[in-house]
Amino acid sequence: MTRSFKLPDLGEGVHEGEILAVLVSVGQKVKEGDIILEVETDKAAVEIPSPYTGTVNEIFVQTGDIVKVGKAIMTFSNGEKAEQPPAEKIVEKPETPVDEAKVVDQTLPTREGGPVPASPATRRLARELGVNLHLVAPSGPAGLVTADDVRAFADDEKSVPKTTESPPAAAEEIKPSDISVPSLPDFTKWGEVERIPFRSIRRATGKQMAVAWSQIPHVNSQDVVDVTKLEAFRQKHKAEIEAGGGKLTVTVFALKAVATALKMYPNFNATLDTANNDIIIKHYYNIGVAVNTDRGLIVPVVRDVDRKSIKELAVELSDLVDRTRNRKTTLEEMQGGTFTITNAGAMGGGFFAPIINHPEVAILGIGQARMQPVVREKGADDYEIVPRLIMPIVLCIDHRVLDGADAIKFLKVLVETLEDPDELLMSMV
Amino acid sequence: MVMGELMQESEVLVIGSGPGGYAAAFRAADLGLDVAIVDTARRPGGVCLYKGCIPSKTFLYLAELIHDADKAESMGITFGKPKIDLNGLRRWKAQVIDKMADGLVNLSNRRGVQLIKGRAEFESSDTVRIYESDVSHIKFRHAILATGSRPINFPGKIFEAGGRIMSSTGALALPDIPERLLILGGGYVGLELGTVYASLGSRVTLVELTDQLLPGVDRDLVLPLRKKLKNVFENIFLNTKVVSLDEHDKGVDVTLEGDVEAPHQTFERVLVAIGRRPATEEVGLGNTKVKLNDNGFVIVDEQLRTTDDKIFAVGDVVGGMMLAHKATREGKIAAEVIAGKPSAFDVRAIPAVVYTDPQIAWCGLTEAQARRENRPIEVQRFPWKFSGRATTMGAPEGLTKIIIDLETQRILGVGITGRDTEGLISEGVLAIEMGALAEDMALCIHPHPTLSETEGETAEIFLGTATHILGKSKTN
Repeated sequence: MTRSFKLPDLGEGVHEGEILAVLVSVGQKVKEGDIILEVETDKAAVEIPSPYTGTVNEIFVQTGDIVKVGKAIMTFSNGEKAEQPPAEKIVEKPETPVDEAKVVDQTLPTREGGPVPASPATRRLARELGVNLHLVAPSGPAGLVTADDVRAFADDEKSVPKTTESPPAAAEEIKPSDISVPSLPDFTKWGEVERIPFRSIRRATGKQMAVAWSQIPHVNSQDVVDVTKLEAFRQKHKAEIEAGGGKLTVTVFALKAVATALKMYPNFNATLDTANNDIIIKHYYNIGVAVNTDRGLIVPVVRDVDRKSIKELAVELSDLVDRTRNRKTTLEEMQGGTFTITNAGAMGGGFFAPIINHPEVAILGIGQARMQPVVREKGADDYEIVPRLIMPIVLCIDHRVLDGADAIKFLKVLVETLEDPDELLMSMV
Repeated sequence: MVMGELMQESEVLVIGSGPGGYAAAFRAADLGLDVAIVDTARRPGGVCLYKGCIPSKTFLYLAELIHDADKAESMGITFGKPKIDLNGLRRWKAQVIDKMADGLVNLSNRRGVQLIKGRAEFESSDTVRIYESDVSHIKFRHAILATGSRPINFPGKIFEAGGRIMSSTGALALPDIPERLLILGGGYVGLELGTVYASLGSRVTLVELTDQLLPGVDRDLVLPLRKKLKNVFENIFLNTKVVSLDEHDKGVDVTLEGDVEAPHQTFERVLVAIGRRPATEEVGLGNTKVKLNDNGFVIVDEQLRTTDDKIFAVGDVVGGMMLAHKATREGKIAAEVIAGKPSAFDVRAIPAVVYTDPQIAWCGLTEAQARRENRPIEVQRFPWKFSGRATTMGAPEGLTKIIIDLETQRILGVGITGRDTEGLISEGVLAIEMGALAEDMALCIHPHPTLSETEGETAEIFLGTATHILGKSKTN
């Protein structure tokens, strides 16, 4: 008996994945639960276990393929005889050219890579909307693509958050499709070029950033934090945290400081629901941390930051970053964020204005702390210049929900808590 | 006449007014384009209307009447021996053609499609020269080549009008009822015209090079026809080759090679029906960028665009199944693409019908093709001896079969042999195009008693239980 294995549902909102690795080969015996595939989705790398015990019969995908959920990936046999139709020997004559009675090649449904099951009207609609039927997740029986599937895919392609009801005039969205992008010139006219597929995390990032940048009116607000004391504190406790399996980084302190600020200013822990003209305030503090990986930027989420100690956060964050870089995070760990921190400091960045992680309403960017001359007041009209460790921070806000004044207040909390570890500890109470 | 050469301009120029050409022209006109058709015939219709589908089916209808009247004797009604008036037959055929041709002229006029009688030859990728016409040149924005195909001659012979060695065109002119008729080729043309002549009284011998009538069609579908034709034709020689044809005053001397007892025979007439070749000569394709494939067909993409951006080609001239309805669809698509629509030929089931008695029709994947490609399929058959409706008509020679994808249970192909399969096959076409499962076909109620029930029951057999046949016992 042959059983076909289709790409399973990989999580909410995930329609396709890139095959990172096929870990089995045709003829190989596998046990149920053995890892047979590594698939990378927009959000995470996932290891797929075999649903059957048996022998791999056919493999329809290869590394680098983008595969839709529901598409057959491989077939297994379990040792029982495959149900074969009775073999009828039909001797075919050699082809004679241009015989009117010959059944000449018809366009026929083929199994893999062939025509997608869909009615003629659906196929026409797909052409009109410029949709490649092979990429559409089917909802009909046995993989039939319906007209609704095609329309949904076309809407999805436009990268516009779907609204169930027609939005009131107040919150009119600008669709990226309203702005036509001119077609590209032939670059080979001026020299040699190379084409690299825009895929996977790169493509997902592109889509997410285009949505965020076109939908959110960004305002950025900058400040610096004197982290001299914090650095001393960090150095003092580093070894102790390390012994517990964590890494005491500036980001760990920033997580805590942001949680404090979010609690004081809940409008930063929000989402704008343009469809219903509501601001959704979240009463949980899940903070995403941008992680640079060799595949691109990934943002795993640290949950309930407000309820965790510095030590717990240090352990959790370093584990999360490691797993993200090794593609071991789950989809769930990428979802549910309410605010994002992106710390470029370790790489040496100064001031920069990050793009808000839609549908959040604010993001904090952190630059590298550097020793700088600081003018300080010693007494009345008496100043001194002292070397201090100064860290640039940038807060970008969604001006639809927040104003510049809010940003300054929020930044002030961050500056105060990060300048003085005691303050930070106090705020945690 | 002393006048300048008349140069006309046209947005869409269609060359050839058969079903592909006129469908293209009409669609283009309906989409608001300015269209002209050039053809050597005055009225549209092409081979299909004047020398193919329509005259042959006109005669086949009468052949069926003769056959049915004869059959009625065993059911209690006896008609007299039919009297055949060849002039009356020709007149009736001409009336049928006239009615349809005038209808097409009327449709062209009302759409504003200009009909130009003449022969068009490309001079370049945007102009044609028209011979034997008032208009000498047409400059076009887009052209659609729909010149069709011509019958293939017996090697070394040319078809002469009125000659004893005939093509399908000559045979459909119905010059006389030959005492003995030899047919070369067991394809649908040979079988259909053989049926006509046999019913009119000719003794028909059919010679086929391969080991099967209707090569390419599933053997189980051909079998009922083969059995029936044994009594209709005098001889059917398979695996046999015609070595020579010598025409003289009284007939044609024929030398056969193969499974034949008497290799030298004489026939009053010979019909050569060994296939058709694309009509790509005398069109001036050399002056364009249009390219042909190894078999001589025009190369087109799925939007029917040739290798010359401005020129499209549809119908027999591009190959595939050389059938009128395929040409018609291609013509419409070419017109839509020219009008800027994103159309493409993505058809999954082109139906074919052979109008013999019994008829054979099929669409989609054939069983032979599926086996050849090692595709996991299940084939289910319903023999018509179990059909109530077939029994009432005394027509048990039939078979309905469905080819089903083993994995998805989707219907991939349908083949039917029997009475009126011309009407039955469309259910299969719809099923395949809609991506229907065998279950969908089984769950649709088919009226009783009809021949269409055989399709529903075949699908039921696949599900495990059919009403009028005991099959493999499945419990579903």
